[in-house]
Amino acid sequence: MSAPIISVQGLAVGFGDQPLLQGLDFDIQPGEVFVILGPSGCGKSTLLKNMIGLHQPMAGRVLIDGDDITAADEEGRRRIQRKFGVAYQSGALFGSMNLLENVSLPLEEYTDLDASAIELAARLKLSLVGLAGSENRMPAELSGGMQKRAAIARAMALDPAILFLDEPSAGLDPITSAGLDQLILQLADILGITFVIVSHELASIFAVADRVIMLDRDAQGIIATGKPADLRDNSPNPRVRQFFNREAAV
Amino acid sequence: MAAMAKLEISVAADGIRMVLGGRLDADGLAPIWPQARAELVRNAGLPVRVEAAGVDYCDGAGLAFLVDLLRMERPADAQVEIIDLPDRFRHLLDPFDPAAFRPPLVEGGARENIVARIGRSAAGFGADLKSQVAFIGEAGRALAYALRHPGQVRWRDTLTVAEEAGVNALPIVTLVAFLLGVIIAYQSAVAMRQFGAEVYVANLIGISMVRELAPLMTAILLAGRSGAAFAAEIGTMRVNEEIDALTTFGFDPIRFLVVTRLLAALAVTPLLAIYADVVSILGGALILLTFQIPLVTYFNQVFTLVDLHDLMGGLFKCLVFGVVIAGIGCLRGLQTGSGAAAVGLSTTRAVVSALVLIVIVDGGFAIVYYHLGI
Repeated sequence: MSAPIISVQGLAVGFGDQPLLQGLDFDIQPGEVFVILGPSGCGKSTLLKNMIGLHQPMAGRVLIDGDDITAADEEGRRRIQRKFGVAYQSGALFGSMNLLENVSLPLEEYTDLDASAIELAARLKLSLVGLAGSENRMPAELSGGMQKRAAIARAMALDPAILFLDEPSAGLDPITSAGLDQLILQLADILGITFVIVSHELASIFAVADRVIMLDRDAQGIIATGKPADLRDNSPNPRVRQFFNREAAV
Repeated sequence: MAAMAKLEISVAADGIRMVLGGRLDADGLAPIWPQARAELVRNAGLPVRVEAAGVDYCDGAGLAFLVDLLRMERPADAQVEIIDLPDRFRHLLDPFDPAAFRPPLVEGGARENIVARIGRSAAGFGADLKSQVAFIGEAGRALAYALRHPGQVRWRDTLTVAEEAGVNALPIVTLVAFLLGVIIAYQSAVAMRQFGAEVYVANLIGISMVRELAPLMTAILLAGRSGAAFAAEIGTMRVNEEIDALTTFGFDPIRFLVVTRLLAALAVTPLLAIYADVVSILGGALILLTFQIPLVTYFNQVFTLVDLHDLMGGLFKCLVFGVVIAGIGCLRGLQTGSGAAAVGLSTTRAVVSALVLIVIVDGGFAIVYYHLGI
């Protein structure tokens, strides 16, 4: 097995002095589609924000391609952050720019490509997520699902080795969601992009995930790790089986 | 790690041969992309054969490069052909139809002619005026209802707004009013000294501050602080669908949001103006002390000339300014579109509209007061 591209070691995250998750240890391999799942409020998005350097964890460290993002200074963190792209739950597109400008911005700032090349590269990214023809539209003119897809296109703008996607399928219609799953698999397979996805959309999880970790608020940590189908059928933990079989808690 | 992108171009009479290899990513392609494009443009009549067997990495930028080579319109016998591209990259390239990316995107489209633009602006101005009139009607009705039924007014919200717009504005009003008094005293004292008339600076400060400058300055500060805040807050509520939530609960957003702000502004604007009157007159007094004008003389001069009519005239203007500032701030907030940029736009429009209306209203008062002999 090759060296992990992301390694989370003894991580504790929370708000103020209140820990939400503690003692998190897991590795993510290059090209893996890794899904973080769990019931609402269990700390999935908080964990993601700690992994990408937006929040400082209470303890532990996160190595991205060998560099510890939790210990890096401002400059070091920026350098590490260029290795990955992030698509936020709400899209977080820049409201004063149209879609093409949103996707072009990182290319303009970080590459030496000329304007024509940047425009084409950005159009290709938008076309990949099914937004060809919407290049000149402003984020405010788009539906939630379209904003989400545009955010994924923007996260891919610099072709990073790692993509963090926060709830990418939530709010998408089944056809678009299936198309997105296919795209994730293709990019992971052919380009070797590593995906870290926060989700609780079961259909997507079964379609794309190589491996999942399931978080739990009461346990304040990981209660299951493995392939989603295995966990659904064979997990000894009833909560895990309930989650994967969409059964109400008793 | 694969080698950087490489491109070798050889041009012959029967066509162009491009040998492409290495890692096709943004860093490697930056120098060779314009070179390849220029070659295709220069030899538009020759067929192009791109041999891509040596490509060992191709990401989004690489795909864009290949699509760029394929998308150019060329004669049927001068097409671009990419051969031997490894299958794993071919699978990525195939879904894109290069022709679909052919027309470069044009910013904004054709420019509208000037007559159409003037017409559009006039129509926009008319529509805005209409919405302002409609809003005045709605807000006026809601305010009248609130005054008839004070029990239904959300007084706690009103007090919170009044505290933010009034009490919290005291430091800035103090600073500006004091400095205004000081500046007017200095500027006029220097000129009047030549005629030995420094004592009349007190009259000048008293009358100008009470009748005109204190109400105007208070209104401008209120427009910049509270008018903008009203527009931003209500605009954000609009963006977050909170206004829709109020409406679907059966609540009237005008009663909930506008009436409270109108009442708060009506209450605090005259009070702030009185406070500004006092502070600016004190500022002037301090300066005139340095010109050997005793405080007793100064205040005698002020109070002999400034009467209740002047004070009431200034305060009545303030009431109208308060209504204008709160009203336009709320209106612009309610007119907010969607997105963060729309909130910024509403805030700007609220301040600009309030300033324009303050000047217009003030001009109107000057004429009316002149004819009424106030």
